[in-house]
Amino acid sequence: MTRSVTELRVTAEDRRVAWLATAAVGLSLVDAAIPSPLPGVKPGLANIVTLVVLLRYGWGTAVWVSVLRVLAGSLLLGYFLAPGFFLSLTGTTLSLLTLGLARHLPGRWFGPVSLSIFAAFAHIGGQLLLARLWLIPHDGVFLLTPVFAGAALVFGTINGLIAAKLLADSPATDPSR
Amino acid sequence: MRWLALLRPGDWLTMLISAALVGLSIPIFWQGGMADRAIVRQEGRVFAEIDLKARKQIEVPGPLGTTLIAVEPGRARVVSDPGPRQYCVKQGWLIRPGEIAICAPNRVSLQITGRTRVYDSISY
Repeated sequence: MTRSVTELRVTAEDRRVAWLATAAVGLSLVDAAIPSPLPGVKPGLANIVTLVVLLRYGWGTAVWVSVLRVLAGSLLLGYFLAPGFFLSLTGTTLSLLTLGLARHLPGRWFGPVSLSIFAAFAHIGGQLLLARLWLIPHDGVFLLTPVFAGAALVFGTINGLIAAKLLADSPATDPSR
Repeated sequence: MRWLALLRPGDWLTMLISAALVGLSIPIFWQGGMADRAIVRQEGRVFAEIDLKARKQIEVPGPLGTTLIAVEPGRARVVSDPGPRQYCVKQGWLIRPGEIAICAPNRVSLQITGRTRVYDSISY
């Protein structure tokens, strides 16, 4: 085998991020396959991965996994650099920032479900703001806010429960094997 | 329930507050923005257009007598009307754009409008 000119050292952390991002991308694809009554209303299953990663490996890893998921997911689904990509990126950025703050809440009182709901609201909030500022510069965008917010609450709760279940069921092992 | 055990006390709080916020967002976002002006019509013609900023009372003459309309910041109502059934008076304060009180016997109507028009349906 030809030796590469640049040596990339792959650490265990890199492998872990790659594995987790793969899981997240897979869930993004499942997400895209689920029919949605309204553009923007999606279960956001990949956020389950983000939550588990955040609570198990910390915020930095969660950022890596999320950004990779948005990039690879958009490439696979064919909307890289399209408006949907920027909506996705804005939503993810805002929900990551929110998670970064919310994870400092006392863990005895606020579990993954709370974090998930906060993240879901931040996600849809960011997307609505970007849509208002850039894609549809008219206040009519906000007409659907109650629907989006309701969906964020429902899916945020479900995703949070799944994340909580995963965290409770699996002991802290290294997914990179 | 196994799933309920995964919820911590604060999670219930978060869910409750979020649900309340979602509920509150419905009247805010689905009523065409803020109430801006009150339009008073007499015999179908615009009698007065009042900005909903200041406190004000106006008297509208009609075939039965005088209809008294009061305007306060953000709301308006029919205070008194000579009509027999007093429907428009009983409606009380009109707050949201699109709301209307009609004093049919005296041929007076009071309507609230917002900056954006209220549509009956949503279109893309």
